[in-house]
Amino acid sequence: MAVRTVPRAAAPPSPPPPRRRRRDGQARAAWLFLLPSFAGFLVFTAGPVVAAGVISLLDWNLFSPPTFAGLDNFWRLGADPTFWSALVNTAWFTLACVPLTIAVSLALALLLNRGLRRMAVFRSLLLLPYATITVAVAFVWIWLYIPTGGLVNAALGLVGIDGPAWLISDTWAMPALILMSVWKGFGFGMVVFLAGLQAIPQQLYEAARVDGASPWQSFRKITIPMLSPSFFFVVVTSIIGSFQVFDQALIMTNGGPGTGTTTLVMYIYRTGFENYDQGYAAAQSLVLFAFIAVITGIQFLLQRRLVHYDN
Amino acid sequence: MTTELTRKLVVFACFLVTAVTLIPVVMMVLVAFQSDAESMAATPSFWPTSWHPENLERAFDLVPLGQYLLNTVIFAGGTTLLETATAALAAYAFARLEFRGRGVLFGIYLATLMIPTQVTLIPQFALVAKLQGIDTWAGMIIPHAFTALGVFLLRQFFLGIPRDYEEAARIDGANRWQAFTRIILPLAVPAIATLAVFKFIGQWNNLLWPLVISNTDATRTIPVGLQAFQDTHGTQWNLLLMAATVTTVPLIVIFFLTQRWFVRGITMSGFGGR
Repeated sequence: MAVRTVPRAAAPPSPPPPRRRRRDGQARAAWLFLLPSFAGFLVFTAGPVVAAGVISLLDWNLFSPPTFAGLDNFWRLGADPTFWSALVNTAWFTLACVPLTIAVSLALALLLNRGLRRMAVFRSLLLLPYATITVAVAFVWIWLYIPTGGLVNAALGLVGIDGPAWLISDTWAMPALILMSVWKGFGFGMVVFLAGLQAIPQQLYEAARVDGASPWQSFRKITIPMLSPSFFFVVVTSIIGSFQVFDQALIMTNGGPGTGTTTLVMYIYRTGFENYDQGYAAAQSLVLFAFIAVITGIQFLLQRRLVHYDN
Repeated sequence: MTTELTRKLVVFACFLVTAVTLIPVVMMVLVAFQSDAESMAATPSFWPTSWHPENLERAFDLVPLGQYLLNTVIFAGGTTLLETATAALAAYAFARLEFRGRGVLFGIYLATLMIPTQVTLIPQFALVAKLQGIDTWAGMIIPHAFTALGVFLLRQFFLGIPRDYEEAARIDGANRWQAFTRIILPLAVPAIATLAVFKFIGQWNNLLWPLVISNTDATRTIPVGLQAFQDTHGTQWNLLLMAATVTTVPLIVIFFLTQRWFVRGITMSGFGGR
């Protein structure tokens, strides 16, 4: 991420104070301002990141002294079927959840944008799922997914479909989690897209209409390119979020049936805090980080070709 | 372009989508008021045949929901206060003061935004355990009150404030600290409110960290308490969803009161909010 420096306003025409002293004073002041944040950052973010790397090389159960294990924890990962299952589940969850959530967010943003002023109420209400407690609404969704006569299957029954035993089905447990997660998460993208749509200058559409462009052409040539920065932002953040899915899977399926909905974060949690295998859990968390870093990196490379920034 | 008919269609479509979206929230409240027999019947019923407001009291009797609510306010409030204060100070240094290594340090801050919380979870837990911080407020709040996101957001905002205001104050004899507290902070209220609302709602929702750090009701927050409720009273649907309703409603109220900032927080944030 490049940080662009903002051009400074012209200095007022006063005789400059002796340069060196001013610089030193500034640096001292800067470090005083930075101190609380920087101390916390070192102890609770930077330090732990380094420590995670160290712990991943240890065999450690928190209670007895750790022993050095070298890369054993990483070799174990390769031969651990539960880990592979968790990895595949998390990838599948992300591949399904992110495009669906974005499709819903974008469609609703376009819809709300058509109505503009009078849509404030709808926007608030549509944001409601995003502002609920994940654990609390996960309960409701378990209830909605009750196989015989639950609301989801009752609705499917109306159109003649015999609904599955959602959360205990090998096939349908993951789709059930995905559907719930789309419902819970679309509000975020909707707000970002709505802000992006409202930032597009109306003159562009006016000009296109004068030139005889169809609504579809306007959408293709104006809306999509102008919205691409918002789109990029939502894709990146959604993928990072999806890779860390945990709450709803823990509550709704507890990772089951079998390991059918065990996610990476759930497996890290169990390894570290139920089996007290801290070294192994740290190794898993670094693999999770590596996946997120690689995928995010690829997206930033693609961004140069696909995202249109209007300067 | 927009004729009367399409406008009506748009409004109708919005209405329909919103209604479907709200079904789970509405159901949560309806089931919360059903009788035990009705909510635990083999086939669930949707509209309560009789209303049981006493379920509210019963849910509070089963688990200390009031305590959980209070704990959550302490946890979310504490992390929010600490985060906004330290982030505002640091953001001012990054936005306004020149010092050697500023760019590099800010780059390191930004880089940590990509690191998932699970990576730091294990070392943070070990650290808190070593310092006897398990089940204490300090152990729960302090490690989660220093994110780069806050510094990043506020720095962006400070950069947009014209320098002349401070320069004028400095010429009038104010020192740096006075310029910061009297000029910058009042102007930055919207940005700080945005960060605060965003952080508060996010922490109200946080399950993983409190799950690891709090072992007793004294520090248990709502998501952890609800999870424990499910373990012990998993089929008591009316009381389970009553507990869910009671703990979600304050958050929804907070959300509606602070929606403007929350929305701005979403659009401004780089990596926030799950």
